[in-house]
Order: sequence, then structure tokens, then C-alpha cells
Amino acid sequence: MNSTRRYWLSTCLATTAWAEIASALEHAHATSKSVAPPAFETLDSEAAAEIEAIAAQIIPSADGPGAREAGVIYFIDRALSTFDADKREAYYAGMGEIQQRRKELFPSSTSISSLTNEQQIELIHAIEHSAFFELLRTHTVMGFLGNPSYGGNRSGVGWEYIGFEDRMAFQPPFGYYDEKLSGPSK
Amino acid sequence: MSAVKFSSSEAIDFLVIGAGAAGGVIAKELSSAGFSVVVLEQGPYHREQDFSHDEIKYTFQPGLTNDPKLQPITYRKSEAEKAKPVKAIEYGRQVGGGTVHFTANYWRFHESDFKERSLYGSITGTGFADWPISYADLEPYYTKAEYDLGISGLAGANPFEGPRSKPYPLPPMPVKSSGVLFERATKKLGLHPFPAPMAILSQPYRGRTACAHCGFCESFGCELGAKSSTLVSVIPTAERSGRCEIRPNSYVRQIKIDQRGRVSGAVYFDAERREIFQRAKAVMLCANGVESARLLLLSTSNQFSQGLANSSGLVGKYLMWDTGSEVNGLFEHPLNEYKSIQVTRLIHDYYRADPKRGFYGGGGIDARFDYYPAGFALHGMPKDVPKWGSEYKAALKTYYTRTMVLLSHTTSLAVEKNTITLDPDVKDAWGLPAPRVTFDRHPDDTATLRWMIPKQVEILETAGAKKVWVQPFDVPNLMPSRHLMGTCRMGDDPKNSVVNRYSRSHDIPNLFIVDGSNFVTSGRQQPTATIQALAYRAADYAIRAAKRGNLS
Repeated sequence: MNSTRRYWLSTCLATTAWAEIASALEHAHATSKSVAPPAFETLDSEAAAEIEAIAAQIIPSADGPGAREAGVIYFIDRALSTFDADKREAYYAGMGEIQQRRKELFPSSTSISSLTNEQQIELIHAIEHSAFFELLRTHTVMGFLGNPSYGGNRSGVGWEYIGFEDRMAFQPPFGYYDEKLSGPSK
Repeated sequence: MSAVKFSSSEAIDFLVIGAGAAGGVIAKELSSAGFSVVVLEQGPYHREQDFSHDEIKYTFQPGLTNDPKLQPITYRKSEAEKAKPVKAIEYGRQVGGGTVHFTANYWRFHESDFKERSLYGSITGTGFADWPISYADLEPYYTKAEYDLGISGLAGANPFEGPRSKPYPLPPMPVKSSGVLFERATKKLGLHPFPAPMAILSQPYRGRTACAHCGFCESFGCELGAKSSTLVSVIPTAERSGRCEIRPNSYVRQIKIDQRGRVSGAVYFDAERREIFQRAKAVMLCANGVESARLLLLSTSNQFSQGLANSSGLVGKYLMWDTGSEVNGLFEHPLNEYKSIQVTRLIHDYYRADPKRGFYGGGGIDARFDYYPAGFALHGMPKDVPKWGSEYKAALKTYYTRTMVLLSHTTSLAVEKNTITLDPDVKDAWGLPAPRVTFDRHPDDTATLRWMIPKQVEILETAGAKKVWVQPFDVPNLMPSRHLMGTCRMGDDPKNSVVNRYSRSHDIPNLFIVDGSNFVTSGRQQPTATIQALAYRAADYAIRAAKRGNLS
């Protein structure tokens, strides 16, 4: 038994070829060296702003860096350009449905990103049980907490927020209880 | 890399198919005994520097496992259904096989595991049977495996374990917070916690470095070589013998037979998908509990129209599943379970079956944490926490460092209609029929899970968890299995089994099938130690038979 049982959904969603991963890493490496913000490869800037507005509600920025500061949208662009390229259609269709829902809820609005915070939350509540929202949520979380080499989780801000450290070595004691309750580490 | 290269037209002594838990061991044993050995491995040959802490690559993508895009698997619950492509099984696909990316739990079976049919009687609708061998038959080989590979643990700490001829070669790994909380709670409940036996080095061993507690074991390859995979232990020894050639990216499509009905080698696709016939005097099939059966079924001929080694008709039958239940607990202070190995303490108090419960089954429970950051945020949180928004985000901060998991590892009954067959429609990237899995859990297996969950909850509550939540285990009913057991079962009667007590085919004297497929019962999961003990035993027997000229 293992984590696979939990990654069941993700595995069903995403199957990939090796070359695509290698290409994703190579691209991310190249972009991390450049000073200017990386250009999008698959998304146009308008679509990116709309997707990012939702990602920023999934992991908001109120009490520390969120999806926006972590560069989740760059992770999503990378995923859709490489190992999840077959999810592009789902994004076009899914975002189209969300825009439709936005027009119904807020007829005078022009975009998701220009809605107020409360309106964005109301909109997401209206679509949160859709398959596309689960895909976007999955990508947002991967972009917030996955390896920074994919363009998201910039400088490890997501890891820092949840208290995870990516290191090659740790020493006992590891946590509160093995330090306080087990005496000297053994 | 292998120093020696053999010609495919020259009949080598032994052809090993699969360089995993069993194949790696067998390659080392046979080559060390003076025989020429070629190992065909379908996956690549990685080195420690190829591995990394990349959760996206290794848990969201098939970084070290079978890729369903290239090798689809189909699944159906019963014969009445049409099987659909689903990654129902997962296995390590590289030199070292599953021992590269496994969690490294290394449990011996108990004495009772080999004779449960005698202990508990028959179970209607199942192939519940005793093994043809006993714990005592396998004990020397468990010990050999522990010393050859490098296992950390504490002898005598598990009061339910059978007698052992030697202590573990290495002391147990340092306890983590989950282990401390679990140990205190289980002792309070009158249970018997013990340090987890792990295929991970607690100290330097035979030129290999000790674990540095980075935390990336399950699903990952160890960057230090401290996880005792066959890749870093026995396979280098085999290669140093000068008599063993490992051929990665070599995907076998058929085992060949000669006119006498003996195996004569195997045909495989190399990295460029050229077909090559490697001749051999004997074949050791170690491709895992699914792929070995599939390859036998693919290897039909005029003499063996039902597939090789299949006079019993049982090749592919009695597939058993990776089964267990998960209960999680949240604690007040940080446990920081992301550090170090996944498991440090467990109990076997509920291991044995008890007919008074009204069903067959039992299991071990370990204290662990096997979530990486994104996987935890997506799949590890309790259901009552919102799935997005500021409350979700704040909960991640609270839960990630303060959560531990209790996982049970439970019985899977051997049922004849749970099978691996060849899919009639779906093909892999090489044009071969995909393995088709037909599987449904036996009601006793489900009853066991339902019985275990309250035990897990009780332990977490006793440990002082502020909150306890049970992960769903019924929906979907089927989770991918990484413990591939059954399908070429071991037995004394050729009518009721595929291999004999030494993993030798009943039908073909120069064919051995050695991996999880031999299992008659599932034990309580964690099959690797037993697979490897069987491999040492089979190799020992094959060496003696070959030296007597008794293999053809």
C-alpha cells in the first residue's frame, strides 16, 4: 500500500512520455536563468490572467505567498505545453463554461480577473464540483507545492508556507514527540 | 555496467527475465557460482545521480513505474464485464525493479502463513491452501537476503515472528515522532510495537553509505544508494563476477522451446525494437506477479497451446491484491514526518486470523507518513476541510507537519476467478496483447478491513490525536496494486499448481518462475522479503541441479 492509491485520479488524468518531462525540465531550467518573467508557451496572456484569478482563489495570498506569488500560472502553462498537453482542450472547454457562468451570475462583468474578491468566490462555488475545477485545483496545488524546476513554487514559497524543507539530509530528532518523549535519540 | 558481453547465438547457462527483487538476487547467485548469465530487463538502467526529489516526476507521473501510455492494462471486476484501460497494477520498471522505488518495508512471513489452510480449514469459493514449504525451509534464505542486501531491524522485538538464525545485520533506524506516539499508545493498549525492519541502511554497510533521512523513499530512487535495492546491492556483485551481463531496455515477448519441450531462450525487443533471440540452457522468469504470467500466456506453441508451464490451467489465476486501510491523525505539535524514512514502528498483534471473528483475515499496522507536499494537499486532508480558499490554505499549514498515518496491511484471499489474462483487443506499444486484470475483493478481505479500521482509530485516539479521519477504502473499490502475488502458484501437485517447492515449473524442467507469482497466500502484504527468500532458495536449488547436469 502506498501513495499510489491517492494519486489514482491524477494518474488517470495524466499519463506522459519521458521526453515531455525532460523537455519541461529543460525549459524550466532555461527560464529560471532569465531575468524577465518567462513568456507563456501555450496560454495567451488573457487566458493566463483568467486562469490565474481562479488559482489565486484556490490558494489565496492573504496570510503569505499564494498561487500568484508562487507562479502557479507558469507551472500550468508548462504542464499544458509538456506532460499534460492533452489537457489543453479540457482547459479551453472548462474556462469557456466558467466564463458562461460568470456572465449569468454577473451580466455586466467583462472578465473573471476584474470581478471583486467576493464575486470570484461566488463564481467558484458555482463550479467547484465540476471535473474541470478538480483539474485546475490539481494543477494549482502541483504548481504551489511541486518542484520549483517546473516554473511554480518559486523559491520554494509553497514549501516554506506549509513547513516542508527539501534537503538531502536531516538529523534526529525530527519532530516534537521524538525529541520530547523518547529521550536521547536512538 | 556489465563488463562481459555474451553473444545471443551462444547458449548461455541461464537467462534471467526481469532484474527486480528476485531477478537481481538470482543473477548474483548464479553468476557467483560460476555460471554465465544474461539478465533481460524491460526498463532502463538508472544510477543514483539519475534520481531526484521531484514529486511531480515520480508520483504524478510514472517516473520509475510502468507507463500505461506505452503498456496499457485493462481491468474488469468480473468476467461478465468488458475490461477497460485502467492502471490497475503498478510495478517498478528498471534495473532493480520495485526495490528501487519501494518504501523498503521488509517483513518476514510468520510460521503460520505457510499453513493457514491447516490451521483454519477451507474457505468456500477460494483456493485457500497451505504452501508446500514451511517457514523453517525459508528461514536460512530470509537470513541470507537480510545480510546480502542490508536490512535494519531489531531481532526478537516482534514477539510474533518465527525463530531466526541470526539477528539483523544492522540496528533499527532512528524512531520518528509517529513511531514514538504509536509505541506509547500501543503499549498502553497492551499491544507489542517493534522497530520496523527496513531495507534501508542505518549504518554504512559493505561500501554503501547510511541513510541521511532526506525522506524521499516511497516512489523515489535513493540518491545515496542507502535503500537496499537489488540495483545497489546484489546486481553490482553479479556484474563484478565477470559472468553476468545486464541488458536494460530489453522487452521479452516470448520464451522459446525446442523440440524436446525444453526452453531454449527468449525473443526480446531491444531499445531499437529489433527482435533478438537469446539462446540459453535454462530460463529464470522473474518478471513479477503479473508480467511473468502474461509472458507464459504469450509463449504459446504447438506443444503448449495454452501457454508455457500451464498444464494445470492455473497460469494467471489466483491473483492477490495489495490491500489495507488508512486512518490519519492530527496532533498538537509538529511531527515533521516528511523527514526520514516512512515507517519506524509497527505491530503484528492483529496479524493472525481468528475463526471467532467470523471471517478469515488479519494484518499488521504501521505508523507512517508517506505523503509528499502536493499529494498531501490533494489527497491527505480530512473531508471536512474545504478544498480551496483561505481556510484550505491555512489548514495545509497546520496539517502537513502535524499529521501521521496508520496503515494496515491485510490479507487478500486467493480466488480462482481473479486473474491475469491477455486482453483480446488492447495492445501495448510493441503490439503485444495488454494484460487484462479481472479482480474483485473477497468478502472476507473487506470484512478484515472493516475490522481493522476501529483498531487504527483506537490507537490514534490513545496517542492523543486531536482529530482522526478514515480514508475511503470502498470507493473506488479497486486501487492500483503494487504487491503482485499469485498467478503461478507453488505446490507439490502439478494439477493444482504451476511451480514446485523450488519455484521450478512442473512441466518444463529448465524453466523456473520466481517472483510474487509463486505466493499461495498473501501473507499480510509486504511481499519483498519473501520474494527474495524464494529467489535465494530457487537459485540454490538451480545451482545444485545444474552442477549435477539435471537441468535439461
